[in-house]
Amino acid sequence: MRIIPLLISTLITVALIILLSMQWGKVPPIGKFLSPQHGFWQNADPIDKNFDESVKLPDLAGKAEIYFDDRLVPHVFASTDEDAYFAQGYLHAKFRLWQMEFQVYAAAGRLSELIGRKALNYDREKRRLGMVYAAEIAAKEIENDPTSKRECDAYTAGVNAYIANLKESELPVEYKLLNYKPEKWSNLKTALFLKAMCYDLAGSENDFERTNAKTVFGFEDYEKMFPAAQDSVDPIIPKGTVYPPAALSVKQPASADSLYFDIKDSSEIVPQKPKKDNGSNNWVVSGKKTKSGAPILCNDPHLGLNLPSLWYEMQINTPSMNVYGATFPGGPGVIIGFNDSCAFGLTNGGRDVMDYYEIKFRDETMKEYWFNGAWKAADFRYEHILIKGEPEMIDTVAYTVFGPVMFDKKFSGMQRRTNGNYYALRWKGHDPSNEFLFFNKMDHAKNYDDYYAAIHYLHTPGQNCLFACKNGDIAIWTQGEFPAKWKRQGEFIMPGTDSSYMWQGMIPQQENPHLINPERGFLSSANQVPADPSAYPYYLGGDFPPYRGIIINRYLNKWSNLTPKDMFTLQIENYNVFAEMARPVLMKNIDMNSLAEDERSYFDTLANWELHNDPELRAPTLFVVFWDTFNKVVWDDEFSKTKLPLVYPYASTLLEAILKDSAYKFLDNINTPAKETLRDDVTLAFKKAVAICKLADADGRMQWGKYKGTKINHLARLAPFSRTDLNVGGGTNCINATKEDHGPSWRMVVELTPKTDAYGVYPGGQSGNPGSPYYDSFIDTWAAGKYYPLWVMEKDDVKDKKVKYHMSLMGYTTNTRP
Amino acid sequence: MIRYIISIVLTALLSFVAGLYLPWWGIALAAFVVGVIIPQRPFYSFMSGFIGVFLLWEILAWWIDSKNDGILSQKIAQVLPLGGSTVLLILITSLIGALVAGCAALAASFVRWRVREAEEVDN
Repeated sequence: MRIIPLLISTLITVALIILLSMQWGKVPPIGKFLSPQHGFWQNADPIDKNFDESVKLPDLAGKAEIYFDDRLVPHVFASTDEDAYFAQGYLHAKFRLWQMEFQVYAAAGRLSELIGRKALNYDREKRRLGMVYAAEIAAKEIENDPTSKRECDAYTAGVNAYIANLKESELPVEYKLLNYKPEKWSNLKTALFLKAMCYDLAGSENDFERTNAKTVFGFEDYEKMFPAAQDSVDPIIPKGTVYPPAALSVKQPASADSLYFDIKDSSEIVPQKPKKDNGSNNWVVSGKKTKSGAPILCNDPHLGLNLPSLWYEMQINTPSMNVYGATFPGGPGVIIGFNDSCAFGLTNGGRDVMDYYEIKFRDETMKEYWFNGAWKAADFRYEHILIKGEPEMIDTVAYTVFGPVMFDKKFSGMQRRTNGNYYALRWKGHDPSNEFLFFNKMDHAKNYDDYYAAIHYLHTPGQNCLFACKNGDIAIWTQGEFPAKWKRQGEFIMPGTDSSYMWQGMIPQQENPHLINPERGFLSSANQVPADPSAYPYYLGGDFPPYRGIIINRYLNKWSNLTPKDMFTLQIENYNVFAEMARPVLMKNIDMNSLAEDERSYFDTLANWELHNDPELRAPTLFVVFWDTFNKVVWDDEFSKTKLPLVYPYASTLLEAILKDSAYKFLDNINTPAKETLRDDVTLAFKKAVAICKLADADGRMQWGKYKGTKINHLARLAPFSRTDLNVGGGTNCINATKEDHGPSWRMVVELTPKTDAYGVYPGGQSGNPGSPYYDSFIDTWAAGKYYPLWVMEKDDVKDKKVKYHMSLMGYTTNTRP
Repeated sequence: MIRYIISIVLTALLSFVAGLYLPWWGIALAAFVVGVIIPQRPFYSFMSGFIGVFLLWEILAWWIDSKNDGILSQKIAQVLPLGGSTVLLILITSLIGALVAGCAALAASFVRWRVREAEEVDN
């Protein structure tokens, strides 16, 4: 034996193996990752992969038969609800495990565990927002309700049954790239996912920016910039509806003028915010407006578009329900869909249920704070944040009667300086509620009464719950548990030294705006104000986009004899009603004499536009750039007065202002001695816009579809796993509200004929595996504005040609186990 | 020559079996075992391990990729980043495996009593 060469070469081999098993920055452990029998190659599914399978699982009580159709949509048949929810958990894990877990890591502020210190600020903000605190409260609610407990326990067991049998080679490719392994699932994680959605939909506020605006401009000007209600509204519940007086009366605190409206406080904090575009359309037409005589219900929730998709399509059939629709990988039940009796859809309610209070602590230990004339002890929550490659960080968060102190001397948000103040958060999402019971009851609903009982369980996020039934009933409730507020309560940071600025109560559920079987034969919601603010007895706030609602109602009023096909046309409608209202006043105010020849040709493009944001047109790009430029011309001079974070007033505010008042105060550029007029601003904006558009034309990206460049990003922002440059029209204020990476995340049309006729599509695919042909298989169909028929499978259809694969999940007890 | 070819084939086969039951570095064990059972001069032993696993991983990766229509390899070849070249990705895959197995087989060639013994076997 030649000892020395043996030792050296063995050492080299071992060293090589160790080096190739280690992660180097963004480079995964390359040996493991490239091994064809272990690494990413194992995720490259054969394009004709056979999903037939029979699996024995110890934790499954009974059994579940799963039939996949040609789009890989599973149709689950089980003899109990628990077995079905177990199967749902198993399927979510089998096709979406990485996404489910990643979403929960993000919600719980645990991304530092995966990617290190650069996620620390993000994580701390999630912890301080009380995401885990909220989820723990929600998990307790699940435990306390027997139905939810059985449902979530079964779902969790299903996820864990899949994880338990998972071989390392079968790990989703993202785990291999980021070099970690899945944890066990739990009901707390299900609750965390729910709270992530809750934050996405009910975590919208601009309290710090609005406080700054009020301080910089004064309350009088603030009212001009952020009016409490809009002129052009077509509320969800039509104008003219009479409401009984409020059962709950709210009083503005006596000190509000001095301590709230006129106080000059400000903050440089900008909290993370969910996209303010989160909105949606839904509408339903009654049988008297349809060709078949049956109601047609439509819904397209607008959310961030990601791969793998937020949604996973499936059918669940048990003796107590037969429900089809879009499900959330991360929780049990069908969220938006239909069953044998009815159909249901959601749009966001958009009410402000997140407010901040300034807290006066005795000292920096934050042990005591001044409340109602005495020092009160704060509670503390210790957030352990694990950081990859570093020791853990323990973030101490003080809790007050309002909620967690999100911002203090130790934390001021994302890389922002603090003003040294303490801000506690009051968020409705922290309150106990059990929204899974809402989904459960909706999935089982047979009639209006069941629906009405179900929506009681939806507290936060508040949603416009649309309903239609085969017996012909249609209904909408703006449902949620909403705080009754005095006018502009919570729009600014509120004093937190006593109880006078706290929410005084919740609006009783039966007083929420609602409408059943209306004379006009249809109901709709598109995130506009739910009721006429001058008639509804509670303050609603002023943050509602008005335009999609106006155009939807215009079409639905006009149309009759409708079919599902007409509904497709409406869902993908690119008509820009905002441009219809804005273009005349803009064009009237362009000083034609000052335009150069090429500017005139752009003017003609705008003038000849038929107001559709179609992808091949140049005019929508010109209009959007024009309006954006005009917006900046109007506001940027005022905004440059301060370095404090501000938000622009809504487009509707500016448009309504120039429509009624050509001498709107803010049109003047305060940095020039001259007094600018609407004509000056519009002309300047147009010239600037043309300059931008000329560049876009030179680059060949002036066509709206190209300019907008719709894309669907991978959740971890891995560009090769994303789909970019989709040529899709629409945009803000169009019914087809497809923006750059945000838009209709699930389009559904359901006609409640005796045999339900349903259609749907979402921009993704059933598999979360970037190596599967089912990863993005629906995207082109979605981008083209087309739909798939949704097949409701019956028990006898087992031999139907539409069934491509059959998976059996069997518990040990039901089979061969001795 | 026959011994050389047998070593290559055996390394490939044993590495495949190791891949079913062991972590990815099972190829090193496989190449080492073959190198001990079939002693060769260090260079030939290295080359047997190298070529054996190179061929195995090349064929496996190519086979998987063709069944997958290149859906995933094209994406991974951008993540890594190899300019989206699947050919390069398969080549690097094979070279990494080959290098590890080659080194292990090289080590195995020294598990012998005398140099002469090896020379006798080689001749």
